[in-house]
Amino acid sequence: MDMSKDLVAASATPLVLAILAEGDSYGYAIIKRVAELSGGHLQWTDGMLYPVLHRLERQGLVAAKWGAAENGRRRKYYRITKEGRAQLAAQRKQWKAVDGTLRGIWMEACAV
Amino acid sequence: MTTFADRPLEEQIAQWREYLRRRQAVHSTDVEELEGHLRDQLVALTDAGLSGDEAFLVAVKRMGSLDALSREFARAHSERLWKQLVMAPDAEKPVSTERTEVLVVLSLAVAAALAVKVPTLFGIRLSPDEEVPAFYFRNASLFVLPLLTIYFVWKRGLSVASGLWFALPFAAGAAFANGYPFHTGSDTQGLTALHLPIALWLVVGFAYVRGRWFADGGRMNFVRFSGELVIYYVLMALGGGVLTFFTMMMFMAIGINAGWFVGPWLLPCGAAGAVIIGSWLVEAKQSVIENMAPVLTRLFTPLFTILLLAFLATMMWTGNPINLKREVLIGFDLLLAVVVGLVLYAASARDPLAPPDLFDYLQLVLVVSALVVDGVALWAIAARISEFGFTPNRVAALGENLILLVNLTWTAWLYARFVRNRGSFAALERWQITYLPVYAVWAALVVVVFPPLFGYR
Repeated sequence: MDMSKDLVAASATPLVLAILAEGDSYGYAIIKRVAELSGGHLQWTDGMLYPVLHRLERQGLVAAKWGAAENGRRRKYYRITKEGRAQLAAQRKQWKAVDGTLRGIWMEACAV
Repeated sequence: MTTFADRPLEEQIAQWREYLRRRQAVHSTDVEELEGHLRDQLVALTDAGLSGDEAFLVAVKRMGSLDALSREFARAHSERLWKQLVMAPDAEKPVSTERTEVLVVLSLAVAAALAVKVPTLFGIRLSPDEEVPAFYFRNASLFVLPLLTIYFVWKRGLSVASGLWFALPFAAGAAFANGYPFHTGSDTQGLTALHLPIALWLVVGFAYVRGRWFADGGRMNFVRFSGELVIYYVLMALGGGVLTFFTMMMFMAIGINAGWFVGPWLLPCGAAGAVIIGSWLVEAKQSVIENMAPVLTRLFTPLFTILLLAFLATMMWTGNPINLKREVLIGFDLLLAVVVGLVLYAASARDPLAPPDLFDYLQLVLVVSALVVDGVALWAIAARISEFGFTPNRVAALGENLILLVNLTWTAWLYARFVRNRGSFAALERWQITYLPVYAVWAALVVVVFPPLFGYR
């Protein structure tokens, strides 16, 4: 399934925040988790995750720290902040509203 | 450190890293982060049984095109972009755009130069022997800024319909500047001449940010643009001065006075056209003089801080009161404006995520000492306000002083929080850019309300 660019872009913020709400993580692991959660339907271009993460960091929704990876290299770990959690809750409400609306009209379409 | 036994693979990674490093919007720590990702991916792929070459192809493909990637980085970090010549060019953008742009800019600059001469057709002429008619002072911004707005409407790809909206404030400006029956040489007329450009500059700003005033980073980019434009303009004015000097000197040598050309043609037309050319240069060639405004800020913040502290110390030591002459209030307005400018341009080039450093303390000292100096001046003025009476100039100067004072007071508060790690620098940046329209609204108020309020005196 090819998803529209806009939809992928719009869902990036809540998805990244939700994954970080599960626990601290880093870029590669986040991408893997997205693929796992979406059953491969949501295909991000890997590199595009990083500008998104940096923007969230800038907005204060996530915080970043360099740490060591298992292989001895440096790795940047991301953690969700308090503001990030609030933003996630707000986004969740908005997506629920969209989802509910679409469901409603599609149910009606089925019933006809 | 994971290195792959596969030598060619390591070489390929090194090459990829080199390509990425050339992108100015991607900093070296970002390269490190992305390389870490690429290596994780390669490990996973080779573990799954792919050969080194195959794994590299897949991993790089998944990473996405470097052009698109660096564009996204530039968008997420617009302050980096500013240092870069332009964004990595869009793949779909045709090569001919650049030539079209030069043509558009040149025609707009010529149009601005000619616009200055249009009033001559109606008998309002510039001549080397007479004083410049007040009409030119009142309307100076109206010759140029509409054309500059057209440039941005074109450059940002705005529709003609939205372009027409931009015409409204200019029409209103022209109406207020020319409709009021000003007395000859009146103060309110001078105030209009000074304030109309400030009010209309906000309109240019709207066109600059594509009409989306509140969108990410747009306003700060406009602040950067304005600062760089001033610098380019001063440089061009210096060049123009040299040109003028040689024009006069060389024709003088063969016994011809070129004054009839220099005064009414070269200076006004050049001054108008230079605004358009300067804007284009700032837009296109930002890196020729890289970030001059922040450099000057770094240079002059310590010097201004020393000046203010020395002034305060001297005043306390000698006990000399401030000598209240006519220009004192305007002088202190300018001082506050300079300090706001220093804060604004320091903020425009600063990485908002960096922790406070020595320079931030210096800025805080600068802001606080400017507040104290201005407070002393205002106190002196307030004590004798009854002697002064309210003239348009004084009310305007007082209003401006208050506006800047409010800005700096809150700036000082935010700065103090920031250096004590209680608040973020982003809050300070936000406050500065939120405050921008206040200046324009006050300027518009002076243009619209003051002349009738003070009986066009």
